[in-house]
This record gives sequence, C-alpha cells and structure tokens, in this order.
Amino acid sequence: MNPILLIVLKRLMIGLLTLWIVTVIIFAAVELLPGDIATEKLGQAATPESLAAFREKFDLNRPMVERYLSWLGGAVTGDFGISMANQRPISELIGVRTANTFFLAGYAAALAVPIAVVSGMLAALYNRSVFDRVLSNSTLAAISFPEFFIAYILILIFSVWLGWFPSLANVDVDTGLGERLYKTFLPAMTLNLIVLAYMMRMTRAAILNLLALPYIEMAHLKGIKRWRVIAVHALPNALAPIISVIALNLAYLIVGVVLVEVVFVYPGLGQVLVDAVSNRDVTVVQAACLIFAATYILLNLLADVLSIIANPRLLHPR
Amino acid sequence: MTDLLLDMKNIKIEGWSDRQWKPIIKGVDLQLKRGEILGLIGESGAGKSTLGLAAMGYTKGGCRIREGNIKFDGIELAGASSKALRQLRGKRIAYVAQSAAAAFNPAFKLINQYCEAPVQHGVMSKEQAEKDAKELYRKIRLPDPDMIGFRYPHQVSGGQLQRAMTAMAMACRPDLIIFDEPTTALDVTTQIEVLGAIRDIVREFNTAAIYITHDLAVVAQMADQIKVLLRGDEVEQAPAREMLANPKEDYTKSLWAVRDFRRAPPVPREGGETTLLEINTIHAAYGTVKVLDNISLNIRRGSTVAVVGESGSGKSTLARVIMGLLPQLEGVITYDGESLHKLGAKRPRGLQRHLQMIHQMADTALNPKQKIKDVIGRPLSFFLGLKGAAKEARIRELLTLIELDPDEFMDRFPSELSGGQKQRVCIARALAAEPDFIICDEVTSALDQLVAEGILRLLDRLQRELDLTYLFITHDIATVRSIADEVVVMQNGVIVEQGSKEAIFSPPHEPYTELLLSSVPEMDPDWLTNLLKERDTQVTAG
Repeated sequence: MNPILLIVLKRLMIGLLTLWIVTVIIFAAVELLPGDIATEKLGQAATPESLAAFREKFDLNRPMVERYLSWLGGAVTGDFGISMANQRPISELIGVRTANTFFLAGYAAALAVPIAVVSGMLAALYNRSVFDRVLSNSTLAAISFPEFFIAYILILIFSVWLGWFPSLANVDVDTGLGERLYKTFLPAMTLNLIVLAYMMRMTRAAILNLLALPYIEMAHLKGIKRWRVIAVHALPNALAPIISVIALNLAYLIVGVVLVEVVFVYPGLGQVLVDAVSNRDVTVVQAACLIFAATYILLNLLADVLSIIANPRLLHPR
Repeated sequence: MTDLLLDMKNIKIEGWSDRQWKPIIKGVDLQLKRGEILGLIGESGAGKSTLGLAAMGYTKGGCRIREGNIKFDGIELAGASSKALRQLRGKRIAYVAQSAAAAFNPAFKLINQYCEAPVQHGVMSKEQAEKDAKELYRKIRLPDPDMIGFRYPHQVSGGQLQRAMTAMAMACRPDLIIFDEPTTALDVTTQIEVLGAIRDIVREFNTAAIYITHDLAVVAQMADQIKVLLRGDEVEQAPAREMLANPKEDYTKSLWAVRDFRRAPPVPREGGETTLLEINTIHAAYGTVKVLDNISLNIRRGSTVAVVGESGSGKSTLARVIMGLLPQLEGVITYDGESLHKLGAKRPRGLQRHLQMIHQMADTALNPKQKIKDVIGRPLSFFLGLKGAAKEARIRELLTLIELDPDEFMDRFPSELSGGQKQRVCIARALAAEPDFIICDEVTSALDQLVAEGILRLLDRLQRELDLTYLFITHDIATVRSIADEVVVMQNGVIVEQGSKEAIFSPPHEPYTELLLSSVPEMDPDWLTNLLKERDTQVTAG
C-alpha cells in the first residue's frame, strides 16, 4: 500500500476522533452548566406544569447518554434540533447564514491567499529593501488594529468619502453573485487585511530560510533568474509551513468574523451566535460551536494532508 | 587567439564577521588554459572554495571581492552586472557542489533540473535537452540512463547523484567547470567510479576545470597543475607530477608526510592477554530493517580494534548497541566477565562509567551554551561525585592531558574553539569518567589531515599512559594503518573478515577487503588509470 495513502488515512481517522471528542465536550459542557435548563429558561414564575412541558418538548427527561446519541445522530444528518428561544428548527435558522459566512470567508481567502503568497515572495526577493520594509510594517500595522477599527476606517474612506462601496452588506437569498461580491467587498477587505500579514510574513520567512541552502546557491550558479529561483526552486520546498499558516487563517476567517459581520450588518453566523448567547439559546450555541469546530478540524486536516503531499520524499518513495 | 581561458590577478576577498571585514583570500593569482585541470588543495579555511567560486564572479553571502581582476575569455567578471554574470553561469562556467544530495532541489526530478540551464539560457529546447541528458547520463555511466532522470534526488544513491550533477554541469557544454570537493562525501569504492567518470567526460569535451579538494591522492589523479593554498595565500604551484615528486615548500612537504604516522607496536602485557569486551552473536535492526547480522567480536584489554566499512555497513550501529543506545534483538555483550544490560540507562552507573564514546561531529556533540569546564565537569560530578576545588583541579589535569592550556580554555564556549580543539575537549569529556574502554566513532573524519594526525597521536599517547582499550570506527584505511592492532571489516551488517592488522593488510584478501583496500587513492598519478584498466580486464576476463 502506498505509504502516503496510509498517512492520509491515519490523519483522517485522528481528525474524526478529534471531532467526536469535541462533540462530547460541547454536549457535556452545556449539561454541566449549573442549575436546570428549564428553570433557567422559564424563570422564577414558571409553574410545575410549564416546566414539565418544557422538559418534554426539549427531551430533557431521558438519560444524558441517550440524549447525546440522538443529538449526535441528528447533527450528523444536519438536524441540530430546535431553538429554545423561538422553537424553530435550528437548521432552518442557521442554514442560509452558515452559507453566507462561508461565502464571505471564501471571498476574503480568494483575495488574501494569492496576495499574501505573491507579496511574501516579492518581499523575500527584495529582502531588506525599502519595499520589503514597507510591506512588512504596513501589514504588521494592519493586524495591530482591532478588526472593527479597520472596518470603520474602510467604511469612512470607501463608503463615506469616496462613495465607491456600500457600508451595509445586506444580502439575501435572491442577491446575484455580482451584486453580492460588490456589497460584501468592504467586509471581505477587512478580513483580508487581518489575515494577510501572518500569511505574507510566513511565506517570506519560509522562503528566506531556504535561501542559504546549497540547492538554491546551485540554482544561482546555473545562471537562473532571481525571480525564478524564488518561485520555482524555493517556493515548492517552503510550502509545508505556508500551508499550515494559511489553513489556520482560513479557519480564523470563519470563526472570527463575528465582529466584522456585526459592523457591516451582514447576515452571517456571527449575528446568530451573538443573539443566541444573549438569549441563552443553548441548542443554537451547540450547533454553532459544532460548525466552527468542524471547520477548524477539517481545514487543519486538509493542511496536514497537503503538507504531506508537498513532500516529494513521501509522495515518491524509493 | 590565446589559449588562456581564465586569468585571475591579485584576488582579494573579504568576509564580514565580528563586525568587520576580514581577509579570506589575500592576493592570489590563478591562470587556466583551455582544457586544463587545475587542482586547488589546502586545509579547511584555506579559501579554496572561495577562490573557486570567485572564478564564476560569485561570493557566498557575507563575502565580497575587494580587489583583483577576473578575466574569463576576455570578459571581466569582477564588478560585472548580475545580468552579465547570470548569462555566463551555467552556460559557459558551471559548478559541481560537494554534496550532490544537498545541491539537487528535492522537489524536482533529476532530468528537469538538468534541462533547466539549457532551456533558460536558450541553448536547447526542452525535448533536445532531455535527449541530450540521456546521452550524457550514458556517457557518465549511470545505470538505466534513459529512465534514471525521471527519479527524484532522494531515490538515487550518493555516487549516482554526484555523477548526475557532473552531467548537469556539462549540459550547456561549458568552457570551465568548478568541482568543489565532489567526492569528499562518498565512500572510497564509490569515489573511484565517480572520479573515473568525471575525468573521462572532462577530457572528452576538452573542458577546463578547477578541482578543489583536500585529498592529495585524489588531486594527483585528476589535475594537470596543482596549486597549494594556506590561509588565503598561495604556497606554491607546479605541474602535478613535478609537485608530487618534489614538493618545494615545507608546508607542502608536511601535507605529503601526514599519512606516515604509525603507532609503536604494543608491548606484550604482563600476566598475559585478557578479554575486556566480548560481543557474542549480536543481531540488531531499525524497525524491520536488519542492520547487524550475527556479529561476534572479542576485544583484548589495552588493544585497538578498528572497524572499517562503508556507510551503511552497520559499524556505527554496532557502537550504539555496545553503548546500550539501541537494544539488540539477540546476543549478549559481556564486559570484563559481566553481562551488559541491553539498555545503557539500566546498567549500573559504575559500569556505565567504564564505557565511553567520542563522536564524529565534535561540533554537535558539545552543548554550545556550556563552557568547557562545565562540559568536562559534568561527568566528574555525575560519575565520581567530585565538587568544588577537587573538581576544578581534575578539570585542569584533564585539559593538560589533552594538551590544551587550562587557564586559556576553561572559560571558553565551544564556538570559540577550532575543530581539532573541540574534538580534544570531547576526548577529555570521555576521559573524565575514567573509562577503560572508549569507542571512537569516526573521530577524525571531519578534521583536516594535519589536525587529524594530531588527534591520532594524542589518542595513542593516552592509550599507553592510561591503559585504554579502543574500538575505532572509521571508513578511512589510512587511519586503520596508523592505529589499529586488529581490524574488523564490515559490509551490509556482516563481518566480512577479522584478524590482526598484519593479516588483514597482507594478501590473500577476502574479495570485499581487496576492493576496499585497492580503492584507497594513492599518490601515484597513474594509479586511477591503472586500477580502472585492471578492473576492466578483470570484468572482461571474468
């Protein structure tokens, strides 16, 4: 059997195991909260009848393990149960919003990843030049500000002063792709600025790390152009650390959008999560946590697998 | 038209260290005719690689050419634009690096790396270059020349990689190739094939070459002219045969004489010979890969047993098994009649103390954050419980024993020592435990010949003074001749032959021992030619 397949399978199993542990933690954490969910939800004025009805409705009377299993079974098929706040099915509540969040993250990533990798390569090529320093310092400045601050600055410049882009990203199911891209440009740019620096700096550092190696010197001594040495000889060997930083940042894009969504009034998961937390809507919080956790684990899994594939020693064994 | 290809005049190169420019090359001239091979020899730090690279108008990071002219075929390279230099490099001047394994990009197939220079310089199309590559792979005697190019560097052996790199350097049919220690990292038997292949191909295309090496016997086979460098200065230059027969300068003579060290024959011991270490039918493996197969060996007290073999023969693994770093699968090791636990950590401390080891790379075997007195002091307090003044006095004694001045060296860090001094500190650390038995694992391989000889002399003196027993692991036959009482020849995890040095070095030999011994380069400039001819006739006859 190809060893790489074996490694990938092993990683996949570990990823699934991690995800399962996360489901246990999410479920147990809510169970272990002090007090009884029904009394918490219905308050002091609750009658024994209404409490019993609440317990019946949310299936709180069965033993914990049984409830966990049916919750897990539902979650796997996309059914997260019903909201405690408004009794509607959670999948209906968060379905479109999850898609919106992933769209925005994907949009930001499509901008950020190419920009980060290319500018990282340029910074390595012109290492220690004015260009390198300006790039390094400006991206560092961008991550030093909180995201809502960047969001407001962008709104001030591009929306209030220049009037090029709308300050509200109010999309719905019927919004076309072109309009959607236009309306969400500012939030995507905000996210882009936040994640750009890490990815760019890692690309630069990973490439610079390799430049003293004999095979890079060899490429120079073969009379290869400097840009080609960086892009063709250094980059493929620097991929593993770059991939893992990109994956980490993509996961952040999905999990960390809450504030940016609120600033731009974008109908994503963030807004739902904020509402659910303030309403103590436990079942929705569980569902959102599970989606975030799964995203993190899957992206990191993907990064692991890609890093393995990027290593020719593993891909082409002796 | 002049036949002078390269004319370097008064080259001065500096390197940036300790916040100032320090001279590396101090005004050297170098002339090379078309088709001529110049051997550049010297110890490490002599500046031979720096000078070789300067012939391409290139310096390593942190270095600069301060003065001098480098005229290549009428083109001035010193101060030339990077574009002008780039158009020459790879096309008219090519480079072959010391470690082919490190100089090939691990991410690409060999043939793609071959094709890069001709395609990028616009000399050939990709298809032509691939066809040409297979042709050259055949000429340089790589196995399966049509397919080997489609492998990745890690899928090919070291000797094959070095030949593939020579072929790659030839891709644009350059006028000049710089060979920077191309066979230093190879085993002797592999080295021969690579040397033969390099010499043939360079002659066939009438390519001029600068051949950089520290090995005189190698340069004797390759070069028309030899230039000796010492600390950035030229010592002398002469046609190869003249230089070999009659070196003029004292330094050159000392280089020539280095291999002559022989230890005094051991005196018979009072009370007869006793066995100190007995290795009995040892089998060992890394995972499922078997590395030691049925190794049995007796080591007499006070003797030096040399284990020779090529890389992969299992000689270092044997050391690891004896030290208890790799538990054996089968077999027993007894030390002075007492059986040793498989795991070194489970052996009683008193027993651990008696077996010490000195490693090949003194650089990595010393903790860079510890002062010399702490390096040597640690085994003193760990094994012997010495403290305070007693410990310091013993550290001073040990440093004096290894011929380093205690006042000067006690408070230094390893980075402030030369390679030979570091290896001496490692010896002192081993001695600190007051052992009876020391494993020396390639202790001189990373050192220059003169320095290595000093280490061997020191080890010999210590053996006589302290009644030590050595297991000396090496791939260098000259070292074996210098210091061994008994020799064990290993190949692929098996002992091929063992016996006294005299018995092993005098015929008849086992076939593998014969191959190993005949592969050691000799100073005779016709040695390689004769040997290859002889082996060819043997192959045809057989």
